[in-house]
Amino acid sequence: MRNILTMVGKELRAYFVSPVAYVVLTGFLLLGGWFFFNLLSRFNLMLTLYTQMQGGEAINRLNLNDYVIAPLMHNLAIVLVILVPMITMRSFAEEKKNGTYELLLTSPLRTGELVLGKFFASFLFICIMIGLTGMFPAILLIFGNPEIGVMVSGYIGLVLLATVFVALGLLTSSFTENQIVAAVSGLVATLLLYIIGWPADSAGDVLGPLLRYLSVTEHFADMVKGLIDTRGLVYFGSLIVLALFLTQRSVESLRWR
Amino acid sequence: MIEVQHLTKRYGDLTAVSSISFSVASGQILGFLGPNGSGKTTTMRIITGFLPATSGTVKVAGFDIFDDSFEVRKRIGYLPETPPLYNDMTVTSYLRFVARIKGMARGEISAALDRVLMRCGLGHVANRVTGHLSKGYRQRVGLAQAIIHNPDVLVLDEPTVGLDPQQIIEIRTLIKELAGAHTVVLSTHILPEVAQVCEKVVIISSGHVVKEGLITDLTQDGQTLEDVFLRAISQEGAAPDFPQAVSEEAAQ
Repeated sequence: MRNILTMVGKELRAYFVSPVAYVVLTGFLLLGGWFFFNLLSRFNLMLTLYTQMQGGEAINRLNLNDYVIAPLMHNLAIVLVILVPMITMRSFAEEKKNGTYELLLTSPLRTGELVLGKFFASFLFICIMIGLTGMFPAILLIFGNPEIGVMVSGYIGLVLLATVFVALGLLTSSFTENQIVAAVSGLVATLLLYIIGWPADSAGDVLGPLLRYLSVTEHFADMVKGLIDTRGLVYFGSLIVLALFLTQRSVESLRWR
Repeated sequence: MIEVQHLTKRYGDLTAVSSISFSVASGQILGFLGPNGSGKTTTMRIITGFLPATSGTVKVAGFDIFDDSFEVRKRIGYLPETPPLYNDMTVTSYLRFVARIKGMARGEISAALDRVLMRCGLGHVANRVTGHLSKGYRQRVGLAQAIIHNPDVLVLDEPTVGLDPQQIIEIRTLIKELAGAHTVVLSTHILPEVAQVCEKVVIISSGHVVKEGLITDLTQDGQTLEDVFLRAISQEGAAPDFPQAVSEEAAQ
């Protein structure tokens, strides 16, 4: 436990003493702000149009949750698909390149502690990232009246989605000493998970539901709608555990004969 | 303290180390000699538990490196060929981090830190970022990292590379001081260094042990260590052959 905390401290410090953290946070918030601004001005335009046309029915359907927050969440998810592998790419690859891997693996650390330390550090970092985007819903709360429950559920979904990506990114980083290779293979993995459900509608009765279950988008979309389902939680949980287990095996494999 | 028996390491078809055996008594300083690419680094990586051996056993303080790797790693300090530094950490925070992952109690760390900063002459760079240090200082931080938790066994891979003559003398003195309380394995290809610092030498060439013994025994009939070394490696077939040199690179 102490070793995990030591690793978390070291990793988090590494993010924040290098420009990595600031570039990633700035970029993420900049993109998030741009999405938010656009969604909000579109919402405003629609509201004005409907009011002019006096479409009573349509105006009642317009709400901040469906027209601003939900699309914002989906856009942020796409940005996370790309950014998370770049956050995690260094975790093992850089250690191998620098020779510090020798220090870690010849120290009395268990590989599980090493992997969990790196995982929790990246997890905390993405929590900070996602947490900072909380200012957008906060603005809506001050000036409007969106449903809080749905927003919270969406945010839980976003964190779970990013956590799955972190675990996958750690796995790909543990395979290589080249950060570019780690980032690209991480991106392929996260993107594949994001789009794997696309052919579900035309894939038949057996494969279709399977692809839909495997797709991270499917479970995430439910949570954005405010639907927290055990099926989804089991999905996220098992992916995280599986990826971390494989990472631990991959690190440990260096010691196999 | 260290028992190496029939240790073999293959990388695919390449044999980096082939059935080598030697032992180091407690408190002794062993000089590990050999031409470039002879398998020194591979052997040291196996002793420290970084790499698994293909066959053969290594026992450190009675613990098998394969079965009880964790116990061995608690007792070992290791300076790899390139000092394992995090370039964005300061010397102090780096050494504190190492002390913690080596399992030192929180209360002992500050005293240990002061001790190694002084011993390795790092006091005035303690708050500098390691990435900005010169090669000699990086090497010293690497050494400080290896000794901070006061390990029973020290494995030093070419500890004096890149140091200036003054620093080389200081580091040698430091290593000599460590003998007795610590068992030291040190690799080098600087022969005078071995003659000055070590009690025992193991000469390996092309992955085989070609000479093992106390320095006083090897040089008793008036030979210099240089003669012994050159004769030992020429018996084995002059310079190391190509595949071994490649396999050493593959290991890195």
